[in-house]
Amino acid sequence: MKNKDYLKDIIEIKSIMNKSSRFISLSGLSGILAGIYALIGAFAANYLLTNYQVANSPVGLIPISYLEYFLLGIALLVLTLSVITAFIFSSKKAKKSGENLWDATSKRLLINFAIPLFTGGAFCIILYQYGLIGLIAPATLIFYGLACVNASKYTLGDIRYLGFLNIVIGLVSTQFIGYGLYFWAFGFGILHIIYGIVLYNKYDKI
Amino acid sequence: MKDILKHINKVFDHRVRLGIMSALMVNETLDFNTLKELLGVTDGNLASHIKGLEKVKYIKVEKQFIGKKPNTTYSVSTLGMLEFKKHINALEKLINNN
Repeated sequence: MKNKDYLKDIIEIKSIMNKSSRFISLSGLSGILAGIYALIGAFAANYLLTNYQVANSPVGLIPISYLEYFLLGIALLVLTLSVITAFIFSSKKAKKSGENLWDATSKRLLINFAIPLFTGGAFCIILYQYGLIGLIAPATLIFYGLACVNASKYTLGDIRYLGFLNIVIGLVSTQFIGYGLYFWAFGFGILHIIYGIVLYNKYDKI
Repeated sequence: MKDILKHINKVFDHRVRLGIMSALMVNETLDFNTLKELLGVTDGNLASHIKGLEKVKYIKVEKQFIGKKPNTTYSVSTLGMLEFKKHINALEKLINNN
């Protein structure tokens, strides 16, 4: 065997190790869109909150208990739209590269992403239960960051740094309670858009 | 040079066997169909290479039932892991030497 063949072997080994353990059809474009949804959601929430105290504003007519539901609804809508978009774009990308969307790697990715995320969701409900509303936005950022770090072993490794950044932003925002929405818009909105663009340029273009 | 060549393992001197080992190194267990899809080989081809690796005890085979369906999973043995690492080290040394 010649030197060139040895090199080919190593490349082959690396490629199979990656393909068999990582879900690589994650779409960068869906990351950009998720960021845009988050920004729109944050603007909508900001509009509700700032106009609530203004007299004669139509928002002011909403009872306070409903305002919370509206905000929760916006958050859930952003989450649902992001998941659906990620699903559609990733399945397209998987089909294009001849891979299965639903295989061992994507299952493992979802499970490992879901564990910190659902823990975070439950924790946020507990924060709400005790009236610690100000900590909910930081907690979503922190747990989302942990989910990204955890999932990064099973998909494109770049997600790891998105996770670290979100954890840091989440922790910093605990010191600026009341500005949670701005941190939230930065973490979920701006960072997703930047990361989406990076992933898109790196993996989707070809 | 001869020293390094000694560590080049003839068992891994085939694309499919190399592929099986690579995949099993980073996964706890894999079943037959996943391996087949991953490597893009036929049933018979994969089965014969698996048998080859099983014979030298580099991989472990576990047969179990999921409901009523038989399911065979494969994992790498300690010996297989050691040999594979030696093989990769030797490959890297050969590339760096030249």
